[in-house]
Amino acid sequence: MIFFEVKNITKKFGGLAAVSNLSFKVEEGEIFGIIGPNGSGKTTVFNLISRFFPLTSGEIYFKGKRIDTVPAHKICEMGIGRTFQVVKPLRRMSVIENVMAGAFLRTSSMGKARHKAEEIIEFCGLERYTHREAKGLPIPLRKRLEIARALATEPALLMLDETCAGLNPKESEQAIDLIRRIRDRGITIIIVEHIMKVMMGISDRILAINFGSEIATGKPEEIANHPEVIKAYLGDAYA
Amino acid sequence: MLLFGQTVICGILLGGMYALIAIGMTLIMGVMKIINLAHGALVMVGMYVTYVCFKEFGIDPYLGMFIAMPVLFFLGCLIQKYMINRLVEVDSILPENQVLLTVGIMLVLTETMRLIFKSDYRSVTTSYSSSTVMLGDMSINLPMVIGFIIAMAFTFLLHLFLTRTDTGRAIRATAQDRDAAIYMGVNSPRITMITFGIGSALAAAGGSLLLPLFYLWPDIGHLFTAKSFIITILGGMGSTMGAAIGGLVLGIAESLGATYISMGYKDVVGLVIFLLVLLFLPGGFRSLTRR
Amino acid sequence: MKTKNIIYTAIFVVITAALPLFIKAPYQLHMLILVMMWAVIGTAWNLLGGYAGQVSFGHAAFFGLGAYTAGFMIFHFGISPWWGMLLGPIVATIISIPIGLICFRLRGPYFALAMLALGEIFRLLFINMVSITNGAKGILIMPAITSKVFYYYVGLAMLLLTVLITYLIVHSKIGYYLVSIREDQDAATSLGIPTTLYKLLALLPSAFFTGLAGAFYTNYVAFIDPHIVFNLSNISVMVILVVMLGGVATTWGPTVGALIYIFLGEIFRTTLGSANVLVFGVLVCLIIMFLPNGIVGELDLIKRICTRKKESLSGGV
Repeated sequence: MIFFEVKNITKKFGGLAAVSNLSFKVEEGEIFGIIGPNGSGKTTVFNLISRFFPLTSGEIYFKGKRIDTVPAHKICEMGIGRTFQVVKPLRRMSVIENVMAGAFLRTSSMGKARHKAEEIIEFCGLERYTHREAKGLPIPLRKRLEIARALATEPALLMLDETCAGLNPKESEQAIDLIRRIRDRGITIIIVEHIMKVMMGISDRILAINFGSEIATGKPEEIANHPEVIKAYLGDAYA
Repeated sequence: MLLFGQTVICGILLGGMYALIAIGMTLIMGVMKIINLAHGALVMVGMYVTYVCFKEFGIDPYLGMFIAMPVLFFLGCLIQKYMINRLVEVDSILPENQVLLTVGIMLVLTETMRLIFKSDYRSVTTSYSSSTVMLGDMSINLPMVIGFIIAMAFTFLLHLFLTRTDTGRAIRATAQDRDAAIYMGVNSPRITMITFGIGSALAAAGGSLLLPLFYLWPDIGHLFTAKSFIITILGGMGSTMGAAIGGLVLGIAESLGATYISMGYKDVVGLVIFLLVLLFLPGGFRSLTRR
Repeated sequence: MKTKNIIYTAIFVVITAALPLFIKAPYQLHMLILVMMWAVIGTAWNLLGGYAGQVSFGHAAFFGLGAYTAGFMIFHFGISPWWGMLLGPIVATIISIPIGLICFRLRGPYFALAMLALGEIFRLLFINMVSITNGAKGILIMPAITSKVFYYYVGLAMLLLTVLITYLIVHSKIGYYLVSIREDQDAATSLGIPTTLYKLLALLPSAFFTGLAGAFYTNYVAFIDPHIVFNLSNISVMVILVVMLGGVATTWGPTVGALIYIFLGEIFRTTLGSANVLVFGVLVCLIIMFLPNGIVGELDLIKRICTRKKESLSGGV
């Protein structure tokens, strides 16, 4: 059984195809990267998987079940968590309340949710901020909070959207470390990023897209030397 | 058939004047992304200004409106700058606090007028109030015709203003994308203030045109708020052209409704249509043409 | 923290329960009864508006349905309108289900507008369906009990029940989900929260208790007509202002708001004459501009400012 598969998906906004005929497979336990220049349709792919918009055509399967027909909130229940590129903290809730809101997916008990949230907050290194309101946190911590909140829903697959964008090198390194530790918990990860350096170091396999279509798929070093990828990033002169 | 024709024409004439009020509202909604529940109250204040000009100084309502418009322009600017604009800095749990503030403003305007003019019904009677124009066999009330012509002239002038002048273009840019407009050097606080002023002035203009046709009392504002809402939702928020068409549609529907449906259920029908449009045509009539 | 809350609540209950021993004047009791009623409506509205962030401009619909259900008991069936206290809230709750399913398709201001339209539709229907509702003439009942003290205790029981149920909801998983929906609906969906279902879970009790207050109103005031009980500005909008005045998304905020609204309104009416609504309007504007989360809602902020000042003082010494 294929862990996660996207089959020939297309999304049109009006006449414009943001994603066209894209297919890829993700295996259990890997970190799968999606790269592409700005506006190449990376975030749209996430939004399609998490059912924020309906597909124009195509199919998506998770653990053998078709998921592109279920309501948006069921996606998370089935085991796919996500973060947002433009972070969406629950602003007037404290860090622990944010994470508890995620934990409640698997339990209705306040005590269990709180316990779970505390564990995840520690895992993500947010314990110093447990009772701070989310709206007062700086961006790097907000990004961490998004991950913590998604982790609390106990996903089997986690989709991370631009986790390192806007972070300085040291914060970036911490984020990468966190992503690796998440994988070590047995969670499969799809990560979108346009910082090549980050992606090369962390991904097991990479899908490069431009204008919503696949350019290449492969190991990081194959992608880095792929002429089409270089062309998409740097222009014709460098290919 | 004669009755039907007369009904439709009256509807169109009335609708043209409603449209002017609604364009004011849609302009404000488009730029500020808020629902202005005080709009009808602004119409009402404008009507009182014109009324006072007529009663105290004998100024014809069609001239009085040129006094009411600048007065309301300044009132609108003040309300926007010192009240609504302040809410940007306020951290409120309820995201609808701007709507609530406009409710407060509506209360203040209505009650101020009640304090000055009491709740009495007032009307303006001019020498031509009951004159009619013959259109074939149909006789049409003269103030309706004048009102409609002036309303159309204003709509056209506004269209020119929005498309041909820098300020007008800045207003449209801000309505489309505030951030992008700011990057392009648009002074967005000033534009927002001016927009609210223009919206209020249009409300005053529409109100003044309707003054010879309606009884005036402080609570008449609610009526106009409701009408301009329905028009704005029908026409799609922020669309001037949509509001013009929506105004005509509402005018005709109302006129037909008053003639053919019982008075009691007329408003129910209007509200149900409003609800259906809100649910199924979120972009107003424009979403029909796009499909 | 929790025991502290219980102690405060116990003190509140004892004081309010003992109040009629000291206050005997029917007029003052009347005001207190109105406070209780408004506190119930406010607390009910707060669950949907304050916690779940779904600002309803149409709660008069539920109030009116509760009130008319009680009125119908005597008008159509010839039984005591007190049965309305049981059936009124149930009717309001049942009607709220289709209303919710329709209006929750819309977000933010569009939801507010749809609720406003629905509230008005109910008012117009009740005016026009004369054979069922007696139209604008309304329904007059002969109250069997006239003792204000009795109504006071009924009102108090209603308020305590409403506050207790709301408190339990808010401090459970449902409460967390409601606030999540208010803070960011997309994020809530991404966490697996079925947003429409949970909004409905906030609306049902909200409609229930608003309907209860409506049924109480019929029994207490003994006269209803559609313009009174389905009123847009005096019920639907007023309840929002009561909640904003007292405290949005706080347990006791709506009660504080109701207390201020009723007593301040009374003071304005007696001292300012015809200008009272104007002054009230000005007050509304000022509150929204300067205390947008109400008096209880901003307590933390006020406290924090005070303690910070103290800290800096001690630091200076």
